[in-house]
Amino acid sequence: MNSAELTWTLPHAVAGVMVLSLNAYVLLGGADFGGGVWDLLARGRQRDEQRALIAEAIGPIWEANHVWLILVVVLLFTCFPRAYAHLATALHVPITLMLIGIVLRGSAFTFRTYDSTRDSVQRRWGRIFSVASVATPVLLGLCVGAVASGRVPLSGSVPGLNAPGLTFVDRFITPWAASPFGWAVGGLALALFAFLAATYLTVEAQESSLRETFRRRALQTQMALLVSAALTIVLAARDAPLVFEGLTRGSVALGMHAVTAVAAVTSIVALSRRAYATARLAAAAQASFILWGWAWSQFPVLLPPDGSITALAAPRVTLTLVLSVLAVGTLILLPSFVYLFRVFKRGNTAFGHD
Amino acid sequence: MSDLFAARSQMAVSLAFHIIFAVVGIGMPALMVIAEGRWLRSQDPVMLELAKRWAKGTAILFAVGAVSGTVLSFELGLLWPTFMEHAGAIIGMPFSLEGFAFFTEAIFLGIYLYAWKLISPRAHFAAGLVVAVSGALSGAFVVCANAWMNAPTGFRLVDGRVTDIDPIAAMFNAAAPTEVLHMTLAAFAATGFAVAGVHAYALRRGTPHRAFHRAALQIALAVGVPAAMLQPLSGDLSARDVADRQPIKLAAMEGHLKTGPAAFVIGGWPDENTLEHRGAIEIPGALSLLLHGDADAIITGVDAVPADERPPLAVVHIAFQVMVACGMAMAALGVWTLVRAWRRRRGRGVALPDDRRFLAAVMLASPLGFVALEAGWTVTEVGRQPWIVQGVMRTADAVSPMPGLVVPFIAFTLLYIGLAITVVFLLRRQILKTGVRGAVPVGLTGEMPIPTPARPGRTVGGS
Repeated sequence: MNSAELTWTLPHAVAGVMVLSLNAYVLLGGADFGGGVWDLLARGRQRDEQRALIAEAIGPIWEANHVWLILVVVLLFTCFPRAYAHLATALHVPITLMLIGIVLRGSAFTFRTYDSTRDSVQRRWGRIFSVASVATPVLLGLCVGAVASGRVPLSGSVPGLNAPGLTFVDRFITPWAASPFGWAVGGLALALFAFLAATYLTVEAQESSLRETFRRRALQTQMALLVSAALTIVLAARDAPLVFEGLTRGSVALGMHAVTAVAAVTSIVALSRRAYATARLAAAAQASFILWGWAWSQFPVLLPPDGSITALAAPRVTLTLVLSVLAVGTLILLPSFVYLFRVFKRGNTAFGHD
Repeated sequence: MSDLFAARSQMAVSLAFHIIFAVVGIGMPALMVIAEGRWLRSQDPVMLELAKRWAKGTAILFAVGAVSGTVLSFELGLLWPTFMEHAGAIIGMPFSLEGFAFFTEAIFLGIYLYAWKLISPRAHFAAGLVVAVSGALSGAFVVCANAWMNAPTGFRLVDGRVTDIDPIAAMFNAAAPTEVLHMTLAAFAATGFAVAGVHAYALRRGTPHRAFHRAALQIALAVGVPAAMLQPLSGDLSARDVADRQPIKLAAMEGHLKTGPAAFVIGGWPDENTLEHRGAIEIPGALSLLLHGDADAIITGVDAVPADERPPLAVVHIAFQVMVACGMAMAALGVWTLVRAWRRRRGRGVALPDDRRFLAAVMLASPLGFVALEAGWTVTEVGRQPWIVQGVMRTADAVSPMPGLVVPFIAFTLLYIGLAITVVFLLRRQILKTGVRGAVPVGLTGEMPIPTPARPGRTVGGS
């Protein structure tokens, strides 16, 4: 990457904010999905305790966590309307499936919390909640994979995609569902979210055997995460040359991978030594650098192969106003968030929820 | 079913579903905060219990509103990519503001619901206030964006391309003030009346917790009645506004089919081909008089534009009449309530919660606000057809090129029907737990029983 391309502009700033809120969504909303995965896999004598712990950890903040995704979408359609319109068309099918997952997951969680405490009822909501929690991250990963590998280029930039004679499957299914790389990214997202949740839960757990369970699971999913990350890169080399090139070019990309690796090792060591707070921090850093690694790999392109951030951006006045709204909004939101987390996460008080 | 019709139907189902929960997210926080405020002042445990139970109902409904709102933010692009491609940069700002308002509401609702025992009562009350204010604001922002579709401004079209964008002018478009006012009042009226109906039902059936339900009825009516009584005035402002800016929409609403002095048309079925009414009661000159103070004033009729620029006449006219009828009934009940309350204050008549006829009326009026809300949105959305942006872009030109849109339409319809049934079922159970029928044991889920003055000395957790 030469230095001329590195000139930061307003569109890049907005794109950066979008990755930031996606980062928040991964760390917070992602962990909620991961919680659902562990709900599905709850086993053994302490099955009910595991589920109660997950519900308690998600409870007060689940709603706020998922607004990050709305923020990403709103920024996309305000600041990059052409990209939004294009993605919503080309990825209509997986986005729709993902939405169904989001609806079922969110409502099933609430219904379970407020519905009767009878076991059969709880199980029914729990099942919907957990299955939707598994499917949604995979679909999210498939969408990201399709975008990153340039399989949903803007019309016209790659000949053939809108050519007459193409079937529905050619146009709306194959781009995201047919590449092993996409599925690897889906698997990566799932493993990442499950890993984050397990690591967070070691901090949340009050009781030592529960904590041990989630410590073991965090270590196991870290292994799964490392395997799927390696698989993603291997498949990228064959399947998604754009991504592979982006991930391996330049010192910044390699530096980011190095930081990711350090964070991964730190989290493994911290989990082994039962330093849970450190493990949580390292896990969050690892997840963030994976995300930023992807963002950097396609910078300055928004829609690979050639839809650049600047070319797709809305007029300057819109971007300026949105950035001002973001600044003012942050002034209100940040203290609110600090307050929210301080109220609920200090030494984990009993939840006064009655 | 054509793709365009499927897309419109999916949008209609999604909006009709979401709007109920969005409105509850505006109205319920007001109720619960009032109850909590009264508890802070009087230390009356009934008020605290009321705030807690309303908060719980809010939680269930808010969650559904949040997920259905997420769906809508994607559906704008899934169904109308061409619209968003051109409009996104123009009206994205109110959506961003709404995002922040909603974020704030979600954060403080989390605190409100789960931190009863973690923060001081005053801080808790303040959190509730933030929920109520940000809820009302987020509704106002979204309605600004919708108003822009009725009164598009803040841009220029040059050779089919959008230039000279002014997002601030777009957000504060000419239709925004009346639409925001009408929608906000509707939210308080609909929620207030719906909640009042539930508690009127409990009082009428007989309940061991009369004090609880009386307090609830009083607060719900205090929110619903003023809003319902102001709503006809706000509706008049809106109608004048629509008459100026979207004369064809107004003509379709009022069933004014042919340009000329306008009658007030009650009922009837407008025939799209002959432009004649069937079975309508007409008061000649009344609409001209209402709009211009002159019974002979010429009002633009539906016939002023070619057939392909007219909305579906019957749907718009009937929806409008349903909305007006519901609104008038609610306002009339409001007047009755005030008269009775005033008489009671002068020492005459029985207290309202003891009057079975009054309670029956409140029960009957309970769904009217939501019926009016759905009908009103039908008027504003269907009445704008065939335009997605009035006079600028046709709905048919905005729809997704993906074939087979009937499939997601059916999928989301089934999903929403399932959710609606579940929500009704859950709320019913929540309400039953308040001891509507004496036979249902209170505290089924280990909750504290509702405190009643008959059992002095009981305190409820949270203080």
